[in-house]
Amino acid sequence: MTVRLQTEPFDPGAELSAFCQDRRETGGVVSFTGLVRGEAGAVEMLELDAYPGFTDRAIAEEAEAAAARFALQDLLIIHRVGHIAPGEAVVFVACAAAHRREAFEGADFLMDYLKSRAPFWKKSHERGGARWIEPTARDYQDAARWDAPEEAR
Amino acid sequence: MRVLLFGRLGDLAGWRERRIEPPAASLSALRRRLSEEDAALGDALVAPGVHAAVDKAVVRGDAALPPAAEIAFLPPMSGG
Repeated sequence: MTVRLQTEPFDPGAELSAFCQDRRETGGVVSFTGLVRGEAGAVEMLELDAYPGFTDRAIAEEAEAAAARFALQDLLIIHRVGHIAPGEAVVFVACAAAHRREAFEGADFLMDYLKSRAPFWKKSHERGGARWIEPTARDYQDAARWDAPEEAR
Repeated sequence: MRVLLFGRLGDLAGWRERRIEPPAASLSALRRRLSEEDAALGDALVAPGVHAAVDKAVVRGDAALPPAAEIAFLPPMSGG
């Protein structure tokens, strides 16, 4: 299991190929690559602030929980920090499992966590100026899909 | 001790990291000292959703601070 925060760009295809190497007992690998959306030229740059030693540890704890919950054999999370331009990959998640369903669900779960609850602070540099952004209602709803329903009383 | 500000708190204060000497004995004393220098920052540090971490662990309420502690103030997290 690997969690990487990095300022440098990465090649999602090369990461996926490397992740798939030497897996004789894996039935499926599901990967997701998130790109910075330019919003028709309005977004000039995304800036992601992270707390080294805190952000990566929080993500690793969630990754371990996901591995146990979805019976993942292995996973890789790469997240860019610093300045990221539209069109560049900002996040990459790959999950390996014996069967495809677990791999799909593991990647879906981890992306919902990364988009809504992971300790990042995100600033959007736009034509009209820069602003700090918080998760959207949609991000919270997506993340809440994975929470246990409340116990019936 | 070392104090770190993340996200919009850093923009507001105009710094993201600094040493505080002599060290504050508690989180509330540290907030008070920062507020004396910069009232807007002081208000922002107690706004809803702003958490404090001592040596990379989130603490709730007040806490005693070791002299060499690293204290981080964390505004609401945005996700990536």
